[in-house]
Amino acid sequence: MQNFDPVAVRVRGLRKRYGNPRAGYKDAVAGLDLDVARGEIVAVLGPNGAGKTTTVEILEGFRDRDGGEVEVLGEDPRRAGRAWRARIGVVMQDSRDMSELTVLEKVRATAAAYPDPRDAAEVVAAVGLEQKARARARGLSGGQRRRLDVALGIVGRPELLFLDEPTTGFDPQARRSFWDLVTSLRDSGTTILLTTHYLDEAAQLADRVVVVRDGVVVAEGTPDTLGGAEARTPVVAWEQDGVRRTERTDRPTAVVGRLIEAAGPGAEVPGLSVTRPTLEDVYLALIGESPTDEAAAAAPGDGTSTEAA
Amino acid sequence: MSTTTETTGTTTRTAPGARRLPGTLWLGLVRGGVELREYVRERDSIIFGFAYPIVMLAIFATVFGDDEPITVDGTTVSFAQYFLPGMVATGIMLSTYQTLAISIAVERDDGSLKRLRATPLPPTSYFLGKVFLSLTTVLVQTALLLAVAALVFDVPLPDEPDRWVTFAWVFVLGTAAGALCGVAYSSVPRSGRSASAVVVTPLLVLQFTSGVFFSVSQLPEWMINLSSLFPLKWVAQGMRSVFLPDEFALAEPAEAWQHGATAAVLAAWLVVALVVGTRTFRWRRHDDG
Repeated sequence: MQNFDPVAVRVRGLRKRYGNPRAGYKDAVAGLDLDVARGEIVAVLGPNGAGKTTTVEILEGFRDRDGGEVEVLGEDPRRAGRAWRARIGVVMQDSRDMSELTVLEKVRATAAAYPDPRDAAEVVAAVGLEQKARARARGLSGGQRRRLDVALGIVGRPELLFLDEPTTGFDPQARRSFWDLVTSLRDSGTTILLTTHYLDEAAQLADRVVVVRDGVVVAEGTPDTLGGAEARTPVVAWEQDGVRRTERTDRPTAVVGRLIEAAGPGAEVPGLSVTRPTLEDVYLALIGESPTDEAAAAAPGDGTSTEAA
Repeated sequence: MSTTTETTGTTTRTAPGARRLPGTLWLGLVRGGVELREYVRERDSIIFGFAYPIVMLAIFATVFGDDEPITVDGTTVSFAQYFLPGMVATGIMLSTYQTLAISIAVERDDGSLKRLRATPLPPTSYFLGKVFLSLTTVLVQTALLLAVAALVFDVPLPDEPDRWVTFAWVFVLGTAAGALCGVAYSSVPRSGRSASAVVVTPLLVLQFTSGVFFSVSQLPEWMINLSSLFPLKWVAQGMRSVFLPDEFALAEPAEAWQHGATAAVLAAWLVVALVVGTRTFRWRRHDDG
């Protein structure tokens, strides 16, 4: 809206390490690349400690970096000033605000700092807090407070909105209505960079998912194609002589046909199932955790029949 | 500072209809309104910060009443009159140093400061808001204190303009030094929970050793010397020079009001706190990277 640069965020080789000479250093971010186009919703997924929040806080201008290039709305967050801050919106992870102001007062006071803010009352309504508009912020429940955070993040009419694990602690209904809110923000042209460890959230909201592990991007793509076709190969599972067997195949019908033939007419194939790896299976394989058989089977690089333990 | 950022603001936002960023001074007023509302709605701050010197004056003046007049060099004043300057000084430090140090430490700890940093609010406006709060509370508090002293306890208020001039500069210097000390000291408490104890304790100790409760002549010399390093002793002494007869100067450690030294020490604290405060101020918690 403000200018026609198609890139909202461009990160190349970002590095950040914590620690000191005595205790040693730990790379929180180790050469991370990230692009967000304008109007896009990008979800950064990753386990705790993967470097998501550090990365986002560098993009927001809260932290310095040790290396790499960062451009957010055409500026380096390290040197960006008030005008740049007026164009971004930030919803941070922890919020324990014990304010004695009411919800509406807080939103209004924040709106005052922006050149072209949204109407405070409308924003309060948009996050579903009309009933609480005149309640003190300190008395809000966890989910309500999170909504207030979002209201404060969007009242300045940001071009780019950062949402750091926005729905942690929400009940399912609150998450659903929060997702609707995010979708409506995208429809109004806001670019959104979201970190989350909820896969359904990423699948629901994101145009693109970026998986981060140990401070680097290990995969990216749309929620449907993440991990490549290989990782999505269906798995046929059955029991043979009391032992569970699985086979990964692009032609599951043929495999099932073969099993039916082998079992003989009218006989059941015990424990038969055909599963396509879910986003969660793909994700767990990507971050190197495989608590389920299906996820292990979905690990790329092994296309033949395996015997499950 | 604000003018340059505003200029870059208008050049980057080239789209038609893009509006200018609100001014630093205006946002300082907005913040002042926020601060004031937070303050009056927080009952603890009203009771322990705002009303404290008034309550203490009332208690001490009632308990000691007319039975304990204070006499120096043949001149006698009521206990309430003797006690008033110390309470004025204490009130100044409570409304500035204590209020600011605790509120900033708590706001840093609960993430409000970090969140403010994420908005285009200029840091100057944030501090203007704090100054606005301190000034408003200290003015109202001092006015109430003087009114209670004069109307309830018959303390004669000075009628010489000289004394009110002294009152004005001691008040302004004390308020400014106290506020800056509060900002600088806000980085000391390591969490919001510990803030009250960490902030209040040194002030409480200083109240006893700076001649607020007892006459300094009753204190050992090393204690007076130590307290003389801090602003409270000088604000209290300056206020005694306003509200007590000139003969009472003899009861001071130096047997004089020492206006020059008072101004020098308070100005020194003002400068040191400003330098330390601007260098150590953090928007984030200690443990946050």
